Amino acid sequence: MSYNFKETMNKPERLAPGHRMCAGCGGTIAVRNVLRGLHEGDRAVIGNATGCLEVSTFTYPYTAWEDSYIHNAFENAGATLSGVEGAYKALKRKGKLDETYKFITFGGDGGTYDIGFQSLSGAMERNHDLVYVCYDNGAYMNTGIQRSSATPMYADTTTTPVGSQSNGKPQNRKDLAAIIAAHDVPYVAQTTFVQNFKDLHVKSEKAIYTPGAAFLNIMAPCPRGWRYNTPDIMEICRLGVETCYWPLFEVEEGKWILNYEPKKKLPIEDFLRPQGRFKHLFKKGNEYLLEAFQKEVDRRWDELLFRCSR
Amino acid sequence: MAKRDRLSGNEAVAIALRQINPDVFPAFPITPSTEIPQYFASFAANGQVDTEFIPVESEHSSMSAAIGASAAGARSLTATSSCGLAYMWEELYIAASNRLPLALALVNRALSGPININCDHSDSMGARDSGWIQMYAENNQEAYDNMVQAYRISEHPDVRLPIMICQDGFITSHAVENIELLEDEEVQKFVGEYNPENYLLNPQCPMAVGPYSVTDYYMEAKRNQAEGMRHVSRVVLDVAKEYKKLSGREYGLFEEYRMDDAERAVVMIGSAAGTTKDAIDRLREQGEKVGLIKIRLYRPFPASEIAEALKNVKAVAIMDRAEGYTNHGGPLGADVMAALYRAHADALAVNYIYGLGGRDVRVKDMENVFAALKQMMADGDAGETYRYLGIRE
Ligand SMILES: Cc1ncc(C[n+]2csc(CCOP(=O)(O)OP(=O)(O)O)c2C)c(N)n1
Ligand code: SF4
Ligand SMILES: [Mg+2]
Repeated sequence: MSYNFKETMNKPERLAPGHRMCAGCGGTIAVRNVLRGLHEGDRAVIGNATGCLEVSTFTYPYTAWEDSYIHNAFENAGATLSGVEGAYKALKRKGKLDETYKFITFGGDGGTYDIGFQSLSGAMERNHDLVYVCYDNGAYMNTGIQRSSATPMYADTTTTPVGSQSNGKPQNRKDLAAIIAAHDVPYVAQTTFVQNFKDLHVKSEKAIYTPGAAFLNIMAPCPRGWRYNTPDIMEICRLGVETCYWPLFEVEEGKWILNYEPKKKLPIEDFLRPQGRFKHLFKKGNEYLLEAFQKEVDRRWDELLFRCSR
Repeated sequence: MAKRDRLSGNEAVAIALRQINPDVFPAFPITPSTEIPQYFASFAANGQVDTEFIPVESEHSSMSAAIGASAAGARSLTATSSCGLAYMWEELYIAASNRLPLALALVNRALSGPININCDHSDSMGARDSGWIQMYAENNQEAYDNMVQAYRISEHPDVRLPIMICQDGFITSHAVENIELLEDEEVQKFVGEYNPENYLLNPQCPMAVGPYSVTDYYMEAKRNQAEGMRHVSRVVLDVAKEYKKLSGREYGLFEEYRMDDAERAVVMIGSAAGTTKDAIDRLREQGEKVGLIKIRLYRPFPASEIAEALKNVKAVAIMDRAEGYTNHGGPLGADVMAALYRAHADALAVNYIYGLGGRDVRVKDMENVFAALKQMMADGDAGETYRYLGIRE
């Protein structure tokens, strides 16, 4: 698969403008670019868990989706698309359908890491021919920025508020991509909006066209929940990657591949500083929290390097 | 040409499903419904069906996948009992609101706790307001016949609602009885092809399912579902008429047993109706004017028809195999009493809770119920209207 930026960007939009997501939301950027992975002429059925994306793109009687689309509930995007894909197989078997369809479902981190985890795990383990895309903004944004198991350590959320006895979320984030990789599915990848989207475009196409189950974890910043200057989204993503907070990697048929290694790993402060949810970490006396955060990032990065070196 | 056989209720339903040859069947095991997907999995494994059988990781997912499949344009179903139904609660409402005509083979079992695997109707009664059509069976033959008729009702263009085909756990699901099966081709011809109007996998026109709906639209959507429900009784009767031509067996919204001149009646759902019929036969021999109304279609509820059937009855006992915790009875009791009230009936009515968690109902128990009705008539008063049958106080 050779990659051509211009061609990819010139593909017709499959998520129409006019939806009600916030300006600058990472969620829609993720969706529009994942859908660019579809070959022209191929049809798709899109699934979606309840969350910001769903309530803002399919508000009756309007839909922003050019393809067939199904939202079922918060916790069952994996199972729902399993059923759609099952229908496709059955209708093909009965000679009732000639066309080729691809199956892509989007879930927020809440709908994916937490409440929809079982449904996702089932769909992955059964190896349905579908792609599950998590647009990870690290909290339940739709209900007002509550913590999820994807929320980074120390983040100030409405259910892990910073207070005199609290430094924000006490726990570290769940490493979901690794957990899904442990399901032994054909393709898992982690990406975000960097390198002019090449990494995201290439991985999306691979995920969509790899037979069997695939999982994409996309860091998709939310300016409201993260409290950074909205136009700076690309810089936030770049810092996530350059600090090794959000590494770019793939797991193909069980083989871990590191896609990008920063020439000089930036300190984690660079990623945290522009975000209001981490403001308290930069108060005098809280240096130890930054140290602990850095230690965790380093530990995970080393673990990833080890996995990719085998 | 009918075939005679001896089958359990679960096997009978599984055979009906093999004959229907649905497109997608996601399922998860739970006693006493487990055998249905098990039998079906072996049909799939032996190439006897074209169905995509999906052994999912939970009932929430079996219903979610059945919904996805149905929206995609496939004929889909699942099977479950008790906690499995409770676990898919949220999805029941979503299936109905999306107007998806999928089926659920429900084998009634008590809800936890205490955990209990035997029959009562607490599982499906809790789902009575979810927007599903609910149909119940007295015996294996009825469970089979209802399953064969299910999609003709649910897929009818005036209806388009999901349908729950219920039978009593163990009492019919596991008991082996004589049964008459239709030929495979007869069933296929009767059920027909599923050709939905709009569906996800329609290359001519994409579709979006499951919107967020603001206050401006939500209520109209709900009213629309009610519109589908309004047509169910008529469609059930039309389908039954056609089915009678094919099978020789007659079905309605409910069965009236020896009701012609009955002064006292029992209204109930499910397998205990067989026991009640025995009690009625014995009492009739002694000249007592007793009868039974056995509900087949519980949702929508045929209220005026039931009131009409009870119009000459002086005392009626409504039997609930589920608690309602209203302090005055169960769900069927509430439905029937409301129907009587609307019809300005003056029958004395009592509501019994019976058979919870598989508690046996004997002929003698039902004779006692009829005796209690006799006493009410003599007293000219119903007395305590919320009673328990066969309880150790
Ligand atoms: C069973 C259930 N529980 C809770 C909710 C309420 N709810 C809707 S969306 C949401 C959070 C979504 O978070 P996420 O998946 O991260 O998506 P985001 O809104 O952040 O894009 C919650 C808690 C629900 N719809 N269903
Ligand atoms: S709250 Fe955040 S995730 Fe939700 S639409 Fe706005 S920017 Fe996007
Ligand atoms: Mg989120």
